[in-house]
Amino acid sequence: MHLSPERVERGKLQSWGVPGLVVGRWRSRDRQALLARGLGHVTLIVLGTLFAIPLAWMIGTSLKSDQQIFTWPPVWIPSPVVWANYPRAISYIPFWLYLKNTLYIVLLMVTGTLLSCSLAAYGFSRIRWPGRDVVFVVLLATLMIPGPVTLIPTFILFKTLGWYGTFKPLVIPPFFGSAFGVFLLRQFFMTIPQELSDAARIDGCSEWGIFWRVITPLSKPALATLGLFAFMGAWRDFLGPLIYLQDERQYTLALGLRHFLTQHGAEWAMLMAASLLVSLPMIVLFFLTQRTFIQGITLTGIKG
Amino acid sequence: MTRQQRANLVKGLLFISPWAIGFAAFTAYPIAASLYYSLTDYNIFEAPYWVGSQNYRDLASDKVFWISLGNTLYMILLGVPATLLAGLGLAFLLNLPIRGISLYRTLFYLPSILPEVSVAILWLWLLNSQYGLVNALLALIGIQGPGWLVDPAWAKPAFILLSVWGGSGASMIIYLAALKDVPIQLYEAAELDGASPLQKTWYVTLPMISPVIFFNLTLGIIGMFQYFTPAFIMTDGGPEWSTEFYGLYLYRNAFRYLKMGYASAMAWILFIVTLLATLVVFKSSARWVYYHGELK
Repeated sequence: MHLSPERVERGKLQSWGVPGLVVGRWRSRDRQALLARGLGHVTLIVLGTLFAIPLAWMIGTSLKSDQQIFTWPPVWIPSPVVWANYPRAISYIPFWLYLKNTLYIVLLMVTGTLLSCSLAAYGFSRIRWPGRDVVFVVLLATLMIPGPVTLIPTFILFKTLGWYGTFKPLVIPPFFGSAFGVFLLRQFFMTIPQELSDAARIDGCSEWGIFWRVITPLSKPALATLGLFAFMGAWRDFLGPLIYLQDERQYTLALGLRHFLTQHGAEWAMLMAASLLVSLPMIVLFFLTQRTFIQGITLTGIKG
Repeated sequence: MTRQQRANLVKGLLFISPWAIGFAAFTAYPIAASLYYSLTDYNIFEAPYWVGSQNYRDLASDKVFWISLGNTLYMILLGVPATLLAGLGLAFLLNLPIRGISLYRTLFYLPSILPEVSVAILWLWLLNSQYGLVNALLALIGIQGPGWLVDPAWAKPAFILLSVWGGSGASMIIYLAALKDVPIQLYEAAELDGASPLQKTWYVTLPMISPVIFFNLTLGIIGMFQYFTPAFIMTDGGPEWSTEFYGLYLYRNAFRYLKMGYASAMAWILFIVTLLATLVVFKSSARWVYYHGELK
């Protein structure tokens, strides 16, 4: 391989990565960049391992026999591999019932959020009406209100309405919008050219028609992002079900898992299997939708 | 108002009506009601009984209230910066031109999306003082690990460990986006002036991403005041109240002791503290936050 110093531009030089390969002029800046990259690599491998260990340990433990769990020093690879911990975990709690409850709640929450937020976002972005911007500031301000402030009166309200012990307190509020969702969709709706609405209007399309047939089809990426967030939020929700659900047969997976913990504190293999099962949909969903997901996070700054 | 404007007003209001009703029912009304309840004794079963400022005075002499506030401040002073710095450090590392970035990004981010209950159960096991992995790893380097969740001195550090693992990935993503947004010309200009990498970081990168640091800090503080699920599951406030955080004590008063008025008073104090914290960060931000707009 012939590398004359003239032909090696800075970018190329960096991409070789191995210092020994590079002949010719060796500017100190390049050496610095390489050094930084080398150090970066090592640091990332170390930190990455540290971050991965708990997850690896979780998977490992979920496949161990009871004896191996309490072995000292700890073993990493279970032997024998006890797959039975999974069926055991599933049959120890009414897993399928909890899954059904969770899916029911999650689907209604996602539907409600998407419907109400897209309507409101349309009203805040595609129609110009007096007072709109002031009301929008009010909406943004509500993002700052800590949850506990509204928690207690809302609980009392739902209890008075007779909703305590039903799914209603969990699934009905999403149909009345969330400030975060409205904000996210509004940002997107604003980027759609106004001419599209005007053209539809000239063709005799009603406002609802424009919303339903022009704007929402064009906003699939934004709707998907919000839907994803709503799904994750609903799946992970713990406090809501904890406060409002009374009967064990109504429990969600997250709530059931906690219940499981107090009953089977010592059976760590089964607990790890159950925890993994509850986490699995989030992990799969994240891998399938990484791009959408990370864009959503950075766009809104909302943490998972 | 012209006819057109009036028509638009009606249409606009119709579209936002789901949110507007929700705002009235689930935000405006609860805030007012919360203030009212905070001035009453209310156990849900009997009508609220007006006590004026009694709840607030009781809180002032409630030992556990002060403990919970202290624990929360401990986490704000140590846990929040630890998580934010870890996130920032990871973002800097991932901003280097290194192969396999998306793999690392996923790895660091993954803990943030797991259900909190699963994470709590996992760490309960990791931090087990006898058979837990954390102490096993410490033993490898000759350190006798502490009792973590059963030792009042180590319970809060255990939660910091958990929040660095579970939370730094989320702030990392936001920092990373901010780092990618810093105009490359600024670095080139700094280089022409002979700036070292360290100087570039200090004089270019940090000022440019300071709005995001400020944003994450505010969110971190507000979030810490509401910290609930992991503590509820892992320690339920123990040992010896060492992990009785503000959000947990509020929950306990409301839903376990059914002291709705008392808990509402706590919620209102939280509301005011949140407002103040936001205000302070906002006010001080003029000194240390640069917004792109001001540069032009």
